[in-house]
Amino acid sequence: MLTGVFSYLVFFACIVLILGILTLGLNLQWGFTGLFNAGIVGFYAIGAYTHAILTAAPQPQYLGNFGLPWLVGIVAAMAATAFAAWLIGLLTIRLRGDYLAIATFGIAVSIQLVALNWEPLTGGSQGLSRIPKPLAGVFDTPLSFNLWFLCLLAALVAAVYAALERILRSPWGRVLKAIREDETAAVALGKSARGFRLEAFVLGSTLMGLAGALYVSFIGFVSPFDFLPILTFQVWAMLIAGGSGNNRGALIGALLVWTIWSASGIAVTKLVPPSHAAQGAAIQVILIGLLLILVLLYRPRGLIGEAAVVSRHADD
Amino acid sequence: MIGQAIADGILTGAIIALGAIGVSFTLQIMRFANFAHSELLTWGAYLALVFVAFAGPGTPTGPFSFGWQLIAAAALAALLTGLVAWAVDYLVFRNLRRRGAHPLTMVFAAFGAALVMRNMVVLIWGHGSHYYTRELQMSVELLPGVRMLPDQIFILALALAVVVCLHGFLTYSRTGMAMRAMAESPPLAQVCGVEVDAVVRWTWILSGALAALAGVFAGLTPQLHPEIGFNLLLALFAAAILGGTGSLVGAVIGGLLVGLAENLSLLFISAGYKTAMPFLVLLLVLLVRPQGLFGEKA
Repeated sequence: MLTGVFSYLVFFACIVLILGILTLGLNLQWGFTGLFNAGIVGFYAIGAYTHAILTAAPQPQYLGNFGLPWLVGIVAAMAATAFAAWLIGLLTIRLRGDYLAIATFGIAVSIQLVALNWEPLTGGSQGLSRIPKPLAGVFDTPLSFNLWFLCLLAALVAAVYAALERILRSPWGRVLKAIREDETAAVALGKSARGFRLEAFVLGSTLMGLAGALYVSFIGFVSPFDFLPILTFQVWAMLIAGGSGNNRGALIGALLVWTIWSASGIAVTKLVPPSHAAQGAAIQVILIGLLLILVLLYRPRGLIGEAAVVSRHADD
Repeated sequence: MIGQAIADGILTGAIIALGAIGVSFTLQIMRFANFAHSELLTWGAYLALVFVAFAGPGTPTGPFSFGWQLIAAAALAALLTGLVAWAVDYLVFRNLRRRGAHPLTMVFAAFGAALVMRNMVVLIWGHGSHYYTRELQMSVELLPGVRMLPDQIFILALALAVVVCLHGFLTYSRTGMAMRAMAESPPLAQVCGVEVDAVVRWTWILSGALAALAGVFAGLTPQLHPEIGFNLLLALFAAAILGGTGSLVGAVIGGLLVGLAENLSLLFISAGYKTAMPFLVLLLVLLVRPQGLFGEKA
């Protein structure tokens, strides 16, 4: 019993950390730059599928499945997502805020359609399986592997967090905030708003691609049903509830929302008869929607919002 | 082949157009992209189902698969969905507006509202499909090789009538004029004594009512399911933006073009990619003519 609970908690923590990377990516785009990305799940899927196609054990019926090493898959997944985000950003970054939302939402839908329909590459609705887990030979029981993966994820999240904090305090990060607050003023100072936005969009999406690649190498298979639009809304709820514009807030939000989601899932399976599973799942999604609306209405800053930054010369 | 695709495209287009009018109005008058609009279609379709469950779809009249009861159900659903739209505004968007929230905050809230509304439908009516009527009907050959069901012809005629009435309302009634004034310039409209709250209320009620009709029509050809509106979301936005936001004629023509693009594309690509077509149209419009066909300013 106790080991069961412990294994579950380890698994749970791994998922929270992967979602934390997604939320950090979104925070860079929305929290610091004001870019409305409604297609998070699309970039997550690009990373996941790139990794799966490159690393899965070869099978004759598929075009991909090259059986390459884990690290190659991770790096390539980030590169592929960055390239896709750059291309999409070139087309859409100049759009009005809510048009960008519509465009990115459409991109995510299209990517899911490709994943579902291009069977020789993606395995269609079957998905791809036999994706190698890193060092699975050394950590050969499920629990030991999950523990090792948890440490790996924790190290990665810490590195991503530290890097983001550093670049956001750098001149580059300050320009992002300047553009978000007053684009005209930033442009008047000679900053290319479009260029900085595109960079933030690509960097944030790359993190989403990394999260996708980590997810498939943790789970060991990939299927188009892991990339439904609900994930995008969950990640938003995480960022908004935690506090957009604050990286610690993003991570706390990921933990909070995933706890609510998982706890409500357990409650639903215990309380709702299996014949009404669809209704139970609906209740879970309604909770996410309500959380999003209530936070926006009553606590727009989230749990810990963006810290006020005042110039150290302000008193002079 | 092509003739049939065009006929199907016009039918889908008419349904998209009715939904896109509301999207276009909210984009122009309320100044944000209401991603919850597609759920008004779903609610409209299911509210009509409630009335049909009580009164029955009616004995088939003439060549149609339903009687007057379904038409009455659609009218009641339109009224109630208008009230639902207004209630969502009252509970959510109004409070955000009062606080002077950023338009993108409204979009976030709209996505939240959409999640709640769509899953309420699953909670109440379940995940499966429903039908207004199980009556079978024979298609009619309109032109050589072009067949349509009588119900579909009825939908086209009714959609046309609704659009003509709406055009009259916007052109001649005081409320219609106030709505157009708000669409053009909210500050100027306010200076001229337009009552903003009243315009907002009417915008939601009209958008909701039209969305409900679109939902009922979508449900009649041939079935209802909880994603009936959500699946049309991109098409609605593509049509509204293609037509130019705030323009009634634009939304209708945009809807028809998107419907045609979707159905004609089936001649070239596999059906699995059909739902991506509205998005490609949208992307093209945003790149080439972001103000839309009938929009005025960029």
